[in-house]
This record gives sequence, C-alpha cells and structure tokens, in this order.
Amino acid sequence: MKIAIPTDGNSTETNVCLSFGRTPYFMIYDTDSKESVFLDNSAAASQGGAGIKAAQSIVDSKASVLLTPRCGENAAEVIKAANIKIYKTINDSIMDNINALNEGKLALLEEIHAGFHGREGK
Amino acid sequence: MKIAVLSGKGGTGKTLVAVNLAAVAKEASYIDCDVEEPNGYLFFKPEHVQTEKIPVKIPIVDENLCNGCRKCVDFCKFNALAYINNKPIVFDEVCHSCGGCVLFCPEKALAEKDKIVGEIQSGVSEKVTVITGVLNIGEASGVPIIKKLLKRADEDPKLTFIDCPPGSACIVMESIKDADYCILIAEPTLFGVHNLNMVYELVNLFGKPLGVVLNKCLEGENPAEEFCIAKGLKILGRISFDNELGTLNSNALISVREHKKYHELFSSLLKIVTEEVQHETVVNP
Repeated sequence: MKIAIPTDGNSTETNVCLSFGRTPYFMIYDTDSKESVFLDNSAAASQGGAGIKAAQSIVDSKASVLLTPRCGENAAEVIKAANIKIYKTINDSIMDNINALNEGKLALLEEIHAGFHGREGK
Repeated sequence: MKIAVLSGKGGTGKTLVAVNLAAVAKEASYIDCDVEEPNGYLFFKPEHVQTEKIPVKIPIVDENLCNGCRKCVDFCKFNALAYINNKPIVFDEVCHSCGGCVLFCPEKALAEKDKIVGEIQSGVSEKVTVITGVLNIGEASGVPIIKKLLKRADEDPKLTFIDCPPGSACIVMESIKDADYCILIAEPTLFGVHNLNMVYELVNLFGKPLGVVLNKCLEGENPAEEFCIAKGLKILGRISFDNELGTLNSNALISVREHKKYHELFSSLLKIVTEEVQHETVVNP
C-alpha cells in the first residue's frame, strides 16, 4: 500500500505540511518496501485550482491513502473519486502518523473546507 | 464619453463620486462594474428594471470519445480539469471559460455548454440610466459580465460613468480598457497613497489620461496630495471629511439631489472633469 503525505521538505527528517494544495512536496511511502519517494508539488505555484492539480498527482502516484491535516472540497472530490481514503494527521511528525495509521488510530478527515483561495496563509 | 472611477481599495469614495457625478449631469449613464458587490443601485433606486442573464461557455465531456491523452488537463492553467477513473472531470466554478481545452482536444471529446454566471440589471433614475452588473456568488470571474456591461456603454453615446471594482486586478483592467478618462479617488493616509500608486501605475500602463479626486480631506498634511504633486498628477477636486455628506451617503441618498451645496460641489467637479476630457481628446486624439 502507498501512503501520500504533504511535507515541508524532501527528506525523511521533514514534517507534515499544513497545506495540501500548496505543499512544496508530497512523500509517497510504500508500506511493503518501507521506502519513501518525494514528489515536487508542481501545483504549489498554480494561479488557481492548486488543490485539484495536487490531488491529480496523488491519484497518479497510485497512493491508496492520503494523510493530511486539511483538504479543500475540490481536492477532496478528486481524491474521493479515485477511491483514495483521506485520514486526518494527529501531529506534524511523519512517522507518528504512519504508525498511527498502521495501528488503526487515525480518523478519517471529516472536515472538508471550502478552500482558502488566498484568504488565509499556511 | 466614458469616464472610469477607480481606486486601489474599497471605501475610498468611488461610488460616492461616480453616483453624484452621474446624478448632477444633464443626462448620463451610470455603470456599476463592481460586480462582486454592486451598490450604486442602492442610491439610484432605478425604476423599470430589466434584467439580462449572462452566460459563459464551459466544457462538457463526451466520455466515449475521450482517449485519456490529458491534453485538456495539462493545458488548463486554472486546473479546472482532472483525469480520474479514465475520464476527465470539469470543475465548473474553477473554469475561466477560455475555451482552450475544447480547441486542444484531438478527439473532439469536449464541447461547450452555457452556464449563467450573473446578470445585468438596467433601469432609470430621473435622467440617469443605471446599469448594474451582478456576479453570482462563488463564480471565479466577473470579466464576462463587465464585457457585456461595457458593450451597453458603446451602444449609448451619452456621458457614461464607470464605477470600477476596487484594486488593480483583471476586472479593473477590463473596466477601464475602453475608458476615455480615469478618475482616481484617494484617501489622505499613507495606506491611501500606496493604493493610489497601484491604480496610478495601472492606468499609466493603459496609457489613459487621469486625474485625482482627494476625498475625506482633513486639516493638515495630506500624503495623497503630496503624492500627486510629486508625480505631477492633476488634482480634479477635494472633498472634505464631512459628517453630513457621510450621513447622507450612509442613508443611501444621493447628496446632489438633497443639498444645493453638494450639487455645487459635484457640478464644479463635473465641469473640471469634462474640460479635462475634452482637452485630452484634443491633445491626444
């Protein structure tokens, strides 16, 4: 199974990024091989629709689970259409969240916001 | 003659100036291009209002024809398309109606359909034709409505005042594009100067003749006035910080229709503006 997480940096020491659509990187963690790959989020510099484009890269990465602190409604529509489950992160540590998911301690992200669209920073 | 009234921020007095200039003219049109929150009609209370719905084109997908090349997804700079479960999805409210995806689709799997994004309301208030653009809540861009609004101005040779949206973004550019003259409204603060400079740069970029109205003037220094002097900008008039004017305005009354002194204030402003525009058309035809 592949897990996608928005991250501030592109190494395993980095943290979970607060933004989904405009996160600088996504970490794709393979639970079978225990290997991580980092994707540059090309959506971060988008004029608009960053969430949709970021969600498209998650779908294309073949991840089946997304761990994120928050997610906008357009992004969620794309993610859900691809049958990817969205779980809410518990803190900013990547390993804490992956472990919590494995132990079945993460809850599904219920709050889907209507998008900040430049009205609120990270 | 089309005169645009604009400012770098909301609340400086665009509507106050545009409404009162139109009301004091012998015959005029007032066009509210602030389609996200039009308010000029609250003052004019126009009668015999007719509405026209404004559609834009958005893509629809024929899934049977789509071969999954994603040219449409890659083309859209607003990311209004995604490709999920072997079919494109269109996010209507993100689409800016450029039509590019339809042109680029090699399989002709995309067609266009109409979507209503707002309306134009036109009515009459005494000798003023009042035309208001209204963008539906949640829509991405008011530009299609402004295009239609200004087409009305082209059909009507009268003196036209264009009440612009605040700021200096696309919708403002669209609003001033065909204007013969721009009136910039400024507040006497440093913040006001910053915003004045934004619209000044924009209007300059468009090569439009301009003048400034200093609003809410107090005793003492006026940073906006200093800016005008430093840049050599024509000061068309000064409106004092005035409780009575503020009260009339808060009660959605048109001050030139209420009080002789305001009638005189805006009449003389109109005279100066008209002279400036005529001068400009002689010097820069």
